[in-house]
Amino acid sequence: MLADDLRGMFYIGLKDLRAYYFKPPNISWGILFPFAFIFAFALRNPSDLRALVPGLVALTLLFGTSSMEAIVIVFERRIGALERLLLAPIRLPALLAGKLLGGMAFGLTITLIVLIIALAIFGVTNVNWILLALAIVFAAAAFSALGAFVSVAVTEVFEAQTLANFIRFPMMFLGGVFVPVDSMPLVLQVIARALPLTYAVEALRVALLGGGRMDAVLDLLALAGFAIILFALAARVMQRWVE
Amino acid sequence: MNVIQVSQLTKVYPTQPPLRAVDGIDFAVREGEVFGFLGPNGAGKTTTIRMLTGLARPSAGKALVLGMDLATDIARIKKQIGVVPEQSNLYDELSAFDNLVFAMQLYGVPRAERKTRAAELLARFRLSEKRDAPFAKLSRGMKRALTIAAALAHRPPLVFLDEPTTGLDVMSARNLRQMIAALRAEGVTVFLTTHYLEEAERLCDRIAIIVKGRIVALDTVTGLKSAAQSKPIVEVTLADDNNHIETRHIEGEDVAEVMRAALAQSEGQRIVAINTLRPTLEDVFVKLTGLRAEVMLTEKGGKGGGNAGG
Repeated sequence: MLADDLRGMFYIGLKDLRAYYFKPPNISWGILFPFAFIFAFALRNPSDLRALVPGLVALTLLFGTSSMEAIVIVFERRIGALERLLLAPIRLPALLAGKLLGGMAFGLTITLIVLIIALAIFGVTNVNWILLALAIVFAAAAFSALGAFVSVAVTEVFEAQTLANFIRFPMMFLGGVFVPVDSMPLVLQVIARALPLTYAVEALRVALLGGGRMDAVLDLLALAGFAIILFALAARVMQRWVE
Repeated sequence: MNVIQVSQLTKVYPTQPPLRAVDGIDFAVREGEVFGFLGPNGAGKTTTIRMLTGLARPSAGKALVLGMDLATDIARIKKQIGVVPEQSNLYDELSAFDNLVFAMQLYGVPRAERKTRAAELLARFRLSEKRDAPFAKLSRGMKRALTIAAALAHRPPLVFLDEPTTGLDVMSARNLRQMIAALRAEGVTVFLTTHYLEEAERLCDRIAIIVKGRIVALDTVTGLKSAAQSKPIVEVTLADDNNHIETRHIEGEDVAEVMRAALAQSEGQRIVAINTLRPTLEDVFVKLTGLRAEVMLTEKGGKGGGNAGG
């Protein structure tokens, strides 16, 4: 059974990558969008561009993993293709994990490209590579689970896009990408603590720019918590489809 | 041996008021037969298939599929069944070949067999020339054929076909019926839902008729017809001196007696034709359900590919 689940997960992820993710518009959009935001911010405040790299990487992960992930499940459900997967001899969490795997793999690939460009420009001194790898993988899992949750919560593709943006855009401005969370008003700080992007930016900041490692461990735990909770909620909604 | 054994299977949807989509049905499907599941739209056909394939949980009752309990062995059951839903639902972006390979990957067909098996299925369903064409670019009939091919990719001994010819043109529907007949010849058990009465009559060994969630009849086609009409009927077409045509239906205990009665009733008129009338499945359906046969067609968008000409 476990072998069936693992095989199913792998091939569902692979199929999604081939069918939906690795298309020119997705790749270019996934890279250009975070760069455009960071570039706009840097034009206004060009003093410390290196400090923006953690935010750039986090945004790339957020949009790279969740943009298509938020659409894929609802799209396949609309056209009936999801039923094929529900009929396959794999358990439902494995099906969902396969979907997450596709989103994560795409997000990680795009992020790697952006990271290489950023590090080539700003240098690679003081980078904690292990923490960087962990932060990227944990953030990708959390954002991919967020995309999956959005995708199962709605019934139309346009609803998924609307809901995803409704969550992501405020998160982009409250998650410490452009303004450190500590410098925000207290109310906004409380809201920021409820957003996975905040923890991704903080962990990436420690990995790329240095800082308290214990804080980074807590950030990783928070990201893992978001991934698990959002995955469980999405799986619960999907379970209702076969009852 | 029974491949499917269903006992008091029930599905109640928690709507307000609750909807009993399937209401305590019992039936068995024998190994190697084409079992027809007939009924108008909303009768419970698709809900029954969804329960038997793990897409919906029964509210009550018991079902054994391939000897395994639906309630506890659904994962093992899924490995050994093929399902063709009403809607052709492969992946638009993948080619015909890649769709088949993906189906095999999901079901654990060994890597070494996948390409050969995919090519074999494409040839069998006359799709070899479309090997690299995206699913989205195929005609409706080809999509249907490829969807059936994908359901057979892991060589299941039991296949569920939900309205396989709905919406197809006559030739595509005819080709698909030939393919279904070929499956039976290979010993694959086929559970077929259709609203095309002629199609069911041509393909099925036994037929269950379901109306409002309940099975109202289950027998062979011949058995259903016998139940619907116990006495022979002869249709006599008569013409008078002015070539005015009159048709009479005469019923009796046996054909010879009815023929004699027909000749006696000709009253000097010229007999143009004498035909022994056999009931059609449509007659059976109308008699058993009290519904017009047209409900089976109009609710699914007209005759279309259902014109069972082959």
